[in-house]
Amino acid sequence: MSRQLDITGIRARLAASNNGRQMWRSLEELAQTEEFQDMVEREFPHQAGEIKDPVTRRTFLKLMGASLALGGLSGCQFAFRQPQEKIVPYVSVPEGVVAGKALFFATAMAFDGYGLGLLVESHEGRPTKIEGNPKHPLSLGGTDAFAQASILNMYDPDRSQTVLNAKQPSTWSAAVSAIQQALSAEQGSGGAGLRILTGTVTSPTLIGQIQQLLTTFPNARWYQYDAVGQENTRAGARLAYGANVTTTYNFAEADVVLAIESDFTTNGPGALRYSRDFFRRRRVTGDHASASMNRLYVAESTPTNVGTVADHRLTLRPSYAESVLRMVAVSLGVSGVAAPTSTVDAAMQQWVDAVVNDLRAAAGKSIVVVGESQPPVVHAIAHAINQSLGSVGRTVFYIDPVEGDVAPETIGVAGLRALTQEMDAGQVSLLVTFGTNPAFTAPADIPFASAMAKVATSVHLGEFVDETADLATWHIPGTHYLEMWGDVRTFDGTASIIQPLIAPLYENAKSSYQLMALLNGDANANSYDLVRAYWQSQLSGDFEMAWNIAVRDGVIANTALPTREVSLASGFDSGPSPVAAGELEIAFRPDPTIWDGSYANNGWMQELPKPLTKLTWDNAALVAPDTADKLGLATNDVVKLTLDGRSVEAAVFVMPGHARNTITLYFGYGRTKAGKVAQNTGFNVYPLRASNSLWFGGNLTIEKTGKTYELVTTQNHYSMEGRDIVRVGTLAEYRSNGHFFDEKYPSHHGGGHGEEGEGHAAEGESKHTAPISLYPKYDYSKNYAWGMAIDLNACNGCNACVVACQAENNIPIVGKDQVKRGRAMHWIRIDRYYDGGIDEPETYHMPMLCQHCENAPCEPVCPVNATSHDAEGLNNMVYNRCIGTKYCSNNCPFKVRRFNFLQYSDETTPSLKLQRNPEVTVRSRGVMEKCTFCVQRINHARTEAIKAGRTIADGEVRTACQQVCPNDAIVFGNLNDHNSAVFKLQQENTSYKLLNDLGVNSRITYMPRIRNASENMPSVTTELEHSTSE
Amino acid sequence: MQYAQTTDTKAIHDDGETILLPGETHTSISSSIGGIVLSPTAVGWGVAIGISVLFLLALIYSITYLIAAGVGIWGINQPVGWGADIINFVWWIGIGHAGTLISAILLLLRQQWRTSINRFAEAMTIFAVCCAGIYPVLHTGRPWVAYWILPYPNTLGMWPQFQSPLAWDVFAISTYATVSVLFWLTGLIPDFALLRDKAQNQIARLFYGIISLGWRGSAKHWHRYELASLLLAGLSTPLVVSVHSIVSLDFAAGILPGWHVTVFPPYFVAGAVFAGFAMVVLLMLPIRKIYHLEAYITVKHFDLMAKVILATGMIVLYGYILELFYAWYSGNIYETFFAWNRMFGPYGWSFWALILCNGVAPQLFWSKRMRQSVPALIFVSVMVSIGMWLERFVIIVGSLYRDFLPSSWGYYTPSFWDWLMYIGTFGLFFTGMFLFIRLAPMIAVSEMHALLHQKKEEEHILSGEHDHAESHGQSHPQTA
Repeated sequence: MSRQLDITGIRARLAASNNGRQMWRSLEELAQTEEFQDMVEREFPHQAGEIKDPVTRRTFLKLMGASLALGGLSGCQFAFRQPQEKIVPYVSVPEGVVAGKALFFATAMAFDGYGLGLLVESHEGRPTKIEGNPKHPLSLGGTDAFAQASILNMYDPDRSQTVLNAKQPSTWSAAVSAIQQALSAEQGSGGAGLRILTGTVTSPTLIGQIQQLLTTFPNARWYQYDAVGQENTRAGARLAYGANVTTTYNFAEADVVLAIESDFTTNGPGALRYSRDFFRRRRVTGDHASASMNRLYVAESTPTNVGTVADHRLTLRPSYAESVLRMVAVSLGVSGVAAPTSTVDAAMQQWVDAVVNDLRAAAGKSIVVVGESQPPVVHAIAHAINQSLGSVGRTVFYIDPVEGDVAPETIGVAGLRALTQEMDAGQVSLLVTFGTNPAFTAPADIPFASAMAKVATSVHLGEFVDETADLATWHIPGTHYLEMWGDVRTFDGTASIIQPLIAPLYENAKSSYQLMALLNGDANANSYDLVRAYWQSQLSGDFEMAWNIAVRDGVIANTALPTREVSLASGFDSGPSPVAAGELEIAFRPDPTIWDGSYANNGWMQELPKPLTKLTWDNAALVAPDTADKLGLATNDVVKLTLDGRSVEAAVFVMPGHARNTITLYFGYGRTKAGKVAQNTGFNVYPLRASNSLWFGGNLTIEKTGKTYELVTTQNHYSMEGRDIVRVGTLAEYRSNGHFFDEKYPSHHGGGHGEEGEGHAAEGESKHTAPISLYPKYDYSKNYAWGMAIDLNACNGCNACVVACQAENNIPIVGKDQVKRGRAMHWIRIDRYYDGGIDEPETYHMPMLCQHCENAPCEPVCPVNATSHDAEGLNNMVYNRCIGTKYCSNNCPFKVRRFNFLQYSDETTPSLKLQRNPEVTVRSRGVMEKCTFCVQRINHARTEAIKAGRTIADGEVRTACQQVCPNDAIVFGNLNDHNSAVFKLQQENTSYKLLNDLGVNSRITYMPRIRNASENMPSVTTELEHSTSE
Repeated sequence: MQYAQTTDTKAIHDDGETILLPGETHTSISSSIGGIVLSPTAVGWGVAIGISVLFLLALIYSITYLIAAGVGIWGINQPVGWGADIINFVWWIGIGHAGTLISAILLLLRQQWRTSINRFAEAMTIFAVCCAGIYPVLHTGRPWVAYWILPYPNTLGMWPQFQSPLAWDVFAISTYATVSVLFWLTGLIPDFALLRDKAQNQIARLFYGIISLGWRGSAKHWHRYELASLLLAGLSTPLVVSVHSIVSLDFAAGILPGWHVTVFPPYFVAGAVFAGFAMVVLLMLPIRKIYHLEAYITVKHFDLMAKVILATGMIVLYGYILELFYAWYSGNIYETFFAWNRMFGPYGWSFWALILCNGVAPQLFWSKRMRQSVPALIFVSVMVSIGMWLERFVIIVGSLYRDFLPSSWGYYTPSFWDWLMYIGTFGLFFTGMFLFIRLAPMIAVSEMHALLHQKKEEEHILSGEHDHAESHGQSHPQTA
């Protein structure tokens, strides 16, 4: 029975593994012999089918790998793994690591290719939390939900750990020789069969490496493809200016903003910065009479975050957006722009007139911005408008592209199509791909996956064995950005060094720099040397000094690209595009939480409620209520959507505020090779997304299948029921009366049961006085009094705080079924309310977290003192004391307490344990938990202050939600310090405490949503809709 | 056996006016009540307890799974932190109230009719409290540390939080259970002695000998017995009011609309008595029939209990109306919404079903015919039992699922495990009840003797003053 063992092969494998910790159970296993397979079959008979079935075999091997890792390596696999090279802490600290003390390192992440500067918290060599880098021009200290969740991607137990050859475990050295072999075959032809396919690349080092390769192999080609690219934006600028330029904006200077199908606050390379700048202009503080705000007009089909904060929002089908912008341009007298052809109704004309009035009045201090989903000509018109209003150079700037190559024929869909044709024609013999997953995300009319089968040697490098890796002949595990050296440019060109926080969790993982070095002939290069070498050639002066500063600060000084002069090309407008045909239009958008699918295996992002739908764990076909009614659809109905003969099925979600006769599909869901978390979530809608309808298209047909699918949301009721929850008013109302908001909501005015009663706070007195009580008041004046102020006018519901809180406080995910049962665990949630009709509602976001009431209703009802107040006014939760009666939650008027109904925290997966914040208890089942105001951060600051013999300064303690917020909507601090930012905000005329008539006297105040309504706009909630093209 | 058929009760007409049918003698009372215990085990009883134990096993099974997996197996969620667990707890506690009321308050009020039903009702109280007691412990997330709620000296240096109604609950319920058990056992002593004396079986003699604590029936014993009963009755009386008042404070101390109501204590007590009497009626009707106790548990008893049900039902109905009135009168938007939501929200059906069960159905009892009709009694009692479950559902779930911030409004559906555990508690209850029926006299024999004696005295006096022959005329011939 026993066959000859391949001893040589075994030696090779062992040697290649290159470290003593590689575990194997027997020689047979190592050699992957049939005997071993038989043994496995006997040992795991229920999985025998899997090992024989070629499709699921990989999954099985992965499971085997994981169990070996658990059994053989236990904890030491993930022991202290500081990178070998010298990494430089952000702040100067004593040499080495002080146990128990977190260090912060500056680094950067690339999202769809564009850099975001980060500070990463590290505990004993483990990165645990992402923060924004205040020195980075995009971040300025804030981050988005994707950056927050990216840390979980690194610790994902489903990450790829071994080199695979034809789906079989192999070794790096085998891969090296295979690649070298394939490469040497290309020598003769100058690389005619060599193709590189990447996502968008802005890394200077990597660009240099690729260019070097292209020099060696002049006939080789490099393509870049991302499911969410910037092609329309780039093409629009090219159309307008006849040159490849990147547009950047300064929203801080813009008084009037018109956004056409653009969520510039959450989407695109500069979104974080734009969001910060934009919302800085929406903060209403100080004297009411002189209060000012910018004004935002949004015309959009799919409701977006920025649409919800618009002063005037116009819903329209995607293909009508162009008409609106053309009307604006024509009314403004912008030369070279043709009038729209489609008919226009009076209401839309009124809307446009108001926009035009405002734009004209704010000439030069205005921005017209168009979303990537609109065709190039719309972007070009926007450029023309900005030019004609004199905004260029004041609010709108042009720089050289930050990407490595923006030739329209190699980047984006065009590039992918060209590559696919070449592959299909058998012209490609060696394909190297990383940073993109076209096998899943390619447009439906580009058969990338099937063409890939025709490539002799395809090499995929990535953190996951995704759909593309599955088709590649070679897969090399990729490093996460926290595990590697690298560099990246951000929206304005500023470059950052990516420095690793941890050595790669899996020995075999390589970075894209190493792969490119291999192609350039150096199989043993490490990323550190490559990146250093590149910057050595770029930085002048004392390189060591400059390098250390660059690494420490997280930005390389003076690398922002200079603005360049542009002049409008004539004839940029080729005339109005045809309006999409048919009754129904479709709009494609990246999923707000799992993006193009790259975050599909990230539990935090899966469970993160989508900002507007509050859906979790699924995508859906979004339909306006009116259209749903017309089509006889209801939420949870499964429909078959057909576009140009292709069809997909998806569940319907009726979405107030959505454009009529339009269906929005978020793409990214329905992945087949993503991992355990992504399994069975959502619908794959890529098969409907073709290159001619990349973002929208007409002639959609929809039919009911009769099936239903249960969609799960975290918020089921959207009306405020006339209650004083989100206070709303217009700027004009507030300017005319400083007490407008308190008077508008009189029943809820003042402190509790009437002590403050009628009047407004007298001079020198706090605006918020404690309610009348039978009991003596606790004197909080001797200590710190922690409090928070949240500006609802600066919140666009982007969700970053929710994920930040989850990462900081070790909050578990619970899965779709538990979310359905109403058991999501988020300590901070963004409540979303609608006001007005269901067709054109006003949408409000309200971050809701423990209000740390001074008279906390949760405290007296706990029979065991598990929740109690401290002298600084924190409502503390003592997990160890909690017996889980849930009475506190029942009695909490804000319903911000969260209960571990089951064992939610994963206490077994080793890699997930590493992510946890050691300063926060991991809760087990049966205990209540809730927001602590990041008490661990307060205590950390306290320790530092005591050591230095001082008090905690204002701004020294920043809660996770506050720190992440790009808009600074959340301010935390000491209310006893009357110079603190939080105290000043709480004393603003507009500040109010929620549910104050209950007498709970919360420590959080909210500032109302203020609309800067235009006096020229006849009605706020007019239903606007094109009369469909007759 | 010889005791079982001493009196042919069927032959005697029950006119619904007497609480002890004529013709009973001291011997017949001892024989027919004690005989049930001393006669050999009947097949029917075996089947009944077998089924009960089956349900009891379901309870044990569901408790085991609950402890292994966590309270997440139930339907509770955010915002509805309490669901079937607390509903069932309050429901069972309420059931128990009839027993205490009968044994304590009616004793002090010298209501003779209580005599033949108090023992049974007390037993019901005890087993209902057992069922109820399971829930507060197991509804906690970590039942293994639920004892932290008790005030005991410990290394943590921690006392319970005495502000919490849940801490009050512990005292209220444990006191209630203790006093109820003591009261019940004290009352059983003379009867155990009787069984000891009557038992033919050695084991039974030994068993009853031990638990009758050396009762010899001396005058001194009787004197102390009477005194103890009176004292315990005195102790129990405030408990009738306190237990359910405190249970009601579990809600009234909260700030939720629908909970934060001052009327809760009296309204809960009335509701408990209401539910308890309905359950007594429901249990006594078949027991009386099966064990031929028509002579002792007469139509008059049911008539009187129906009146109690009617009276407490009216109090409860008044409570419902008052809550709605408050909501309107307060002008508070949360209260107003709550009232509207209670009637017309997604769970509106439960409110109207509650009104039907607790408000409308008992109105039948205005009619004497209905009070004395077995089908009507069963119908109303079942309605009331369902109604009282619904009442707790309406109060607990109905207030929790939609409170202040609409963003966190939710819904609640009990899970399979909620139901299994509830059904399981019936297993515990009936196992206890059947064991009680088998092992102890379900009617207090000694008190029945006293009642008979008293009756005879009364009759003697009455017949001396008025001629009541006519009123007893119908029954006299059959006495012989």
